[in-house]
Amino acid sequence: MSIENFKYSTIPAEAEALRAEVRAFLKQELSDFPNIKRADSWIGFDAGFSRKLGQRGWVGMSLPKRYGGSEASAFSRYVIIEELLAAGAPVSAHWFSDRQSGPQILKFGTDAQKNFHLPAICRGEQFFCIGMSEPNSGSDLASIKSRAIRQGNKWIVNGQKVWTTNAHLSHYMIALVRTSESEKRQQGLSQVIIDLSLPGITIRPIKDLTGRAHFNEVFFDNVEIDENAIIGTEGQGWSQVTAELAMERSGPERFLSSMILLNSLIDVIGNNPDALQAKEIGRLTAKLITLRNMSLSVTQELSEGKSPVWAASCVKAFGATFEQEIPELAQALCDLSPCSVGGSEHAQILAYLMQMAPSFSLRGGTREILRGIIARGLGAN
Amino acid sequence: MREIFDSTIERFFQDTVDTEQVLLAEKEGWNGTLWTSLDELGFTYAMVAEKAGGAGASWSDLCGVARLAGSYALPLPLCESIFVNYLLSKCNIAPLTGALSFAAKSELRLNGDKLNGILHDVPWGRYTQHIIAVVPNDDCNQLFVLSREQIKILEEAYNVAGEARDSFVVENISPVFCAALPAPISSNVLMLGGAMLRSAQMAGAMHKAMTITHEYASERVQFGRPIGSFQAIQHQLAQMAEHVSASVIAAEAGFSASSGTVDALGVSTAKICTSEAAGVGASIAHAVHGAIGFTHEHPLHLLTRRLWSWRSEFGSETYWAKHLGDAVCKHGADNFWPAVTAGHFDTV
Repeated sequence: MSIENFKYSTIPAEAEALRAEVRAFLKQELSDFPNIKRADSWIGFDAGFSRKLGQRGWVGMSLPKRYGGSEASAFSRYVIIEELLAAGAPVSAHWFSDRQSGPQILKFGTDAQKNFHLPAICRGEQFFCIGMSEPNSGSDLASIKSRAIRQGNKWIVNGQKVWTTNAHLSHYMIALVRTSESEKRQQGLSQVIIDLSLPGITIRPIKDLTGRAHFNEVFFDNVEIDENAIIGTEGQGWSQVTAELAMERSGPERFLSSMILLNSLIDVIGNNPDALQAKEIGRLTAKLITLRNMSLSVTQELSEGKSPVWAASCVKAFGATFEQEIPELAQALCDLSPCSVGGSEHAQILAYLMQMAPSFSLRGGTREILRGIIARGLGAN
Repeated sequence: MREIFDSTIERFFQDTVDTEQVLLAEKEGWNGTLWTSLDELGFTYAMVAEKAGGAGASWSDLCGVARLAGSYALPLPLCESIFVNYLLSKCNIAPLTGALSFAAKSELRLNGDKLNGILHDVPWGRYTQHIIAVVPNDDCNQLFVLSREQIKILEEAYNVAGEARDSFVVENISPVFCAALPAPISSNVLMLGGAMLRSAQMAGAMHKAMTITHEYASERVQFGRPIGSFQAIQHQLAQMAEHVSASVIAAEAGFSASSGTVDALGVSTAKICTSEAAGVGASIAHAVHGAIGFTHEHPLHLLTRRLWSWRSEFGSETYWAKHLGDAVCKHGADNFWPAVTAGHFDTV
């Protein structure tokens, strides 16, 4: 049964040894970084900060040395990213290339693609966004309509992507597009790398409900890309994307999005909580520790070269519930109104995360889609 | 050692502990035949040092045994007996044979060398040979071993699953053994130990309930198709699976962290998560099973009635969450994340 996939795993000592170093770095680098900005978690963008991490060898660190990585273990990378997230560091510039584009290019890319992209990713200088959803293809990803048609030694891309985080700030997109017609919708899809500076690409911001624009709609109008822009095998995009999801759904970003609010809530409650406050803070602590152990268990599987999509879906679904519970409880436990402007810092963080929380069970796969995967995977293997 | 333990005990449970045996235990209060054959396997000595005739196992070696005891609804104090002999060996007292248990809640006073007071909610109390209790003391916490024959029943009680949970009166008794609890073992070690055992038993019972619930959803046909193909059912199964996965990991983490002593942070985390999951899991298992799962004939209740009991035994989720929350708040936000990653509060 799938639940057996969850084996308790701990961080090896050599990976744990990185923690003190990254904490010291963050303490120094983020000394003036306000908590309200830290609350952005992994959507906070700072290209300069990403370059600094690159200089430290903390971007693409699990990639091979010949491409600029340090061949660090999955657990070493885990220690770095969980410390970045727990501190609320602005990591979004390099987040997608570090988490999935780099590993995807390494796994499926050509030598030329690896040589061109990976060293720049590791320097923290080349940023990727992920082109999956389309206006009529959200949860039903296999129904995408964006198309690349071969023309001589080019592919011509037409179509539209939507909800693309950081498209306006990234250099490249890895897009899932249809490259041939097939009776089965999951066939005939391919992953292509698109240089976002090419002619024919229009990127328009979409404001979220807080009024800020970190995601976009992206239009492709006869965009010419090189025939070598395909990653992996033409027509195998669906299985490649599916494997990518295990990387995308199990990391600490799936339960640490409200971490700054939890810290701030503990601060506001103070050293003498009432019974209800103590109970709920204790519950959240137990959940956090357990989610982290679940996530480490998936990391162990990933490091053994497996693709634990089922377990990753569990982490993300359970993690999103936890992240969303924090603003709920923060409002229930303290008699303090959230404030968008003015008020205390805590009131502002609460206001912000309360508004962001609905996205936690949408981005990267909705709760409903994840629960479908989890239910169908029960009894498999 | 873990694999040998898991496979040995699972084979025994598979061959021996069926629905009939569990129900017999509930009807009679005690299934003596089952205990005798289980006792012959020698698991109650699992954590006793090899030179004293045990297997020298660690708690992480035994998490599987406790999980399996839960998944087979074992109506016997196997986990309790293993734990008692573990504590006795920590106190340099020779291991005991037979069924053993402990009183996590007690009001005992020592007058000279005589003990007086009450033992509450002792699992399987009246059917055991020996019961241990701890008397907190500022200088040094004392562990006492009492013979079942020395003490009188105050109340014969049963939990929801019909498992004996008895209270006793201790009147002017000279304990069979007494010893100082060595550091770092704390005065609440019996609560922590019980919570640790129940967290793994709940993880096991829920895992089994998950399996049979999923099987039922795959077989039961309504509206022309298996009910497990309906999204409303799938989402309940998935929600239960999330909680069961969390419970398994939390219980394993609690056992793994408990090497020198029962680890307070690991175990309270495990008990909070598994107790909460027990409520959700039992509720979903019954919802999916429909009316048949509500019958005495169907074995689901052997698991769910235990989950409803065990979630409150040795501290409910609220009890442990309050303790943990107090500790978190006392150490403050700056120490919060460092404690989560270090697994304890006191280094930062």
